[in-house]
Amino acid sequence: MTDIEIVRGARSEKRLTAVDYINGIVNGFIEMHGDRYFGDDAALIGGIGRLGKRAVTVLGVEKGKNTKEHIKYNFGSVHPEGYRKALRLMKQAEKFDRPIICFVDTAGAYCGVDAEERGQGRAIADNLFEMTDISVPIISVIIGEGGSGGALALCHADRIWMLDDAYFSVVSPESCSNILWKTTDKADVAAKALCLTSEKLMELQIIDKVIKSGSVKKLKSELEKELLVLSKVSKDRLLDDRYEKFRKIGYDWS
Amino acid sequence: MKLKNLFLNPHNSLEYGEKKPKDRLVACKKCGKEIPVSKIRKNSFVCPYCGEYFIVRARRRILMLTDKRSFMELDRNATSKNVLSFPGYDDKLSTAIKKSRENEGVICGYGTIGGVECAIFSMDPIFMMGSMGAVVGEKITRLFEFATIKKLPVLGICVSGGARMQEGMISLMQMSKVSCAVKRHSNAGLLYMALLTNPTTGGVEASFAMQADITIAEPFARVGFAGPRVVEKTINRPLPPDFQSSQRVLECGFLDMIVERAKLKDVIEDILKLHLKG
Repeated sequence: MTDIEIVRGARSEKRLTAVDYINGIVNGFIEMHGDRYFGDDAALIGGIGRLGKRAVTVLGVEKGKNTKEHIKYNFGSVHPEGYRKALRLMKQAEKFDRPIICFVDTAGAYCGVDAEERGQGRAIADNLFEMTDISVPIISVIIGEGGSGGALALCHADRIWMLDDAYFSVVSPESCSNILWKTTDKADVAAKALCLTSEKLMELQIIDKVIKSGSVKKLKSELEKELLVLSKVSKDRLLDDRYEKFRKIGYDWS
Repeated sequence: MKLKNLFLNPHNSLEYGEKKPKDRLVACKKCGKEIPVSKIRKNSFVCPYCGEYFIVRARRRILMLTDKRSFMELDRNATSKNVLSFPGYDDKLSTAIKKSRENEGVICGYGTIGGVECAIFSMDPIFMMGSMGAVVGEKITRLFEFATIKKLPVLGICVSGGARMQEGMISLMQMSKVSCAVKRHSNAGLLYMALLTNPTTGGVEASFAMQADITIAEPFARVGFAGPRVVEKTINRPLPPDFQSSQRVLECGFLDMIVERAKLKDVIEDILKLHLKG
């Protein structure tokens, strides 16, 4: 598969969405709503449940599976209140010492006048700022699209994993082609240049693990294993490691 | 990170290489009046006739805000590499270096403002439109780490179109990297002030530009996350005229204040002095 085909595959309607992973991985999921400031963003699903024997907080960006659901979930484009709901639930997870799992699948944060006026940039910035110090393990898995800052706001984590057929990019290949070459026809060139596949991001040490797509069970056992590892790390060490993880990206210059 | 490298080669470089300016005429982009450069400079780079805000380069910003000859630059020689072999990026970088006469899109260092010591980063609107790649992220991260060790406040002068596409995910992750350093600086009880200038958008707005204790913007500055054309296309309606203007962003509650350029130094100085301990 070429890189642009991977991008298109990651956008496919036939893929499993966040709900499938939550239901397949978390037992007895109880959904929580609202950011306590403005509203409840359907695109960002959050709640608690059990992964194996461990209580966990789960967050996921949901796209929906048909037109009706796409509209309900706003095509997986999160509003500021979605990011604020996520942060609220993450702080709650910290209080009750529960690890956090994020399933990320978004083309990007929602672009609209309302989203801008309610501080889309500030909401993302706040997540990055606060997640630096949330003293419970955070694992983020990109299950489809990892679109720019809107995806990063849920990936400021101890472990960033990707399904082998997902993508994670600073900009969509179409926009990149449009900005650089004034045409959307060169999206394939842009996709290749952006190094957005799981394989390349693993090489660049941006992500920590590639998971084979299609097996929810496999992902579940990997998550359980990793949470066991992370649960043995002291809180100070966890936060220091998280700092160093991001600190070393793009450090090598002369 | 090797801490000792943080303190290597401080330069007082604001006057470095600056030629005696000739008093040539520059036309205001808004009202079209031709104005001598000396007059524009005296008026804080605001058109004396129509009030239009001229673009101010990174070094000039520092010069306008810090005490004379107090600024020492850090990491001035850092230059970017085309790590991803992105097509055309090498040319873009060398053109940017030539055109801007800077090595990269941010200048970092420390100096005094009204006698108060302060770490400062100043982004450059000309160098690839102030976009953030690995070097910009690294320099700002180092500055926050430096300020945390030295117990200094940070003044960040922001202007950026966002993350630099040509560095792919490496540039996006700079948002995370800088955020970590800002958080540690904040945990140490130190002041971070951000000055948002036209434009502060994209990944920079969605990270360190919006993480300050005190957020100041210039009048008429565009402050927002998504590009206006993208928003217009998404909502399929014309945008309100004040969309993403600093005035509107203030009304929405995301800025502490809007300060005219001529008053910036006094306001920043006052705030810094209010945060002096002991």
